[in-house]
Amino acid sequence: MNHTQDSQDPGWIFLFFGWLAASVATLGALFLGEVMGYTPCVLCWYQRICMFPLVLILAAGLFPADRRVVRYALPLALAGWLLAMFHWAVASGLIPENVTPCSQGVPCSVEQILWFGFLTLPMLSVLAFSFIIAMLLMTHYKVSK
Amino acid sequence: MKKTLFISAAAILLLVFLASALYYKTEKSELAGQLAEQNRSGLVREHSPALGPTEARVRIVEFLDPACETCRRFYPFVKDMLKAHPDQIHLALRYTPFHENSDHVVALLLAAAKQGKHWETLEALLAAQDDWVVHHVVQKERVWRHIEGLGLNLAQLKDDMNSPEIAKLVAQDLEDARTLNVTKTPEFFVNAKPLPSFGYEPLTNLVDAALASAYP
Repeated sequence: MNHTQDSQDPGWIFLFFGWLAASVATLGALFLGEVMGYTPCVLCWYQRICMFPLVLILAAGLFPADRRVVRYALPLALAGWLLAMFHWAVASGLIPENVTPCSQGVPCSVEQILWFGFLTLPMLSVLAFSFIIAMLLMTHYKVSK
Repeated sequence: MKKTLFISAAAILLLVFLASALYYKTEKSELAGQLAEQNRSGLVREHSPALGPTEARVRIVEFLDPACETCRRFYPFVKDMLKAHPDQIHLALRYTPFHENSDHVVALLLAAAKQGKHWETLEALLAAQDDWVVHHVVQKERVWRHIEGLGLNLAQLKDDMNSPEIAKLVAQDLEDARTLNVTKTPEFFVNAKPLPSFGYEPLTNLVDAALASAYP
């Protein structure tokens, strides 16, 4: 990439941070599941379905920089965000578990991880998806300005 | 510039992931070893079904769930190791009924042990596992038809299965599994050493190492 092209994709760095967040979240989920051996509950699986492809889709949008990737990544990120919010609500008891789709195997309402006394996995998921959505929106608006 | 940033970020992420995975696994298997060392008495109990000579110096303890598919696949593998070293290896089984209703089958197996027919019952049930385990749930009523030809006294078996004595043994195995932090099956300890990682090869290596040091 030369300098003239760099200045032509002002949104690139946001896209890059979005990709970084998706990669960290993906590797984190894989670490918890494959290395530490926690079985993901059903809602976690749906969130993984939204998160994992973002790593590849956003990477594809970085080289060459293509702001249209926002169109393809945003639906996944939004769906993941909604699922994460729902999961958070289930886990914090706002929605009773019995009306949720996760009755088999690992219950979604049980917190397996609590970091620093307050940070739970659904919360991390909400944060990750929110950050990615923010980065995607910033890419979009920065570029169209 | 961008490509360098991207590639270095990806490389760092992967390296951090692999390094922490390696660190975590080493740490965990070391902890499991210490745990087993401190709780040697909880590793095997008197009621544990066993194969092989009592004086054998390589002692395998296997935590097994009769409804677990991987346990079924490991079973002939372990049997072959015993066959290859009939005088050197001793195998003791502990039951960890992690599958739904599997405790019922474990009670049945321990009751069959009272009639001296533990191993043939286990083998008959493992061979037919596909039939009586459906989507990881034990179908209690489907178990019986697979043990009919074994010459078990079924009335006695049913009595024993429901006895508090057997219930105590099932509970004891589960309690020891908790103490030793056994959360998945099959789990193996060879001379109180846990598997460093899961698989046929780590088990073979661990047993070979134990054989080499016990029978130089």
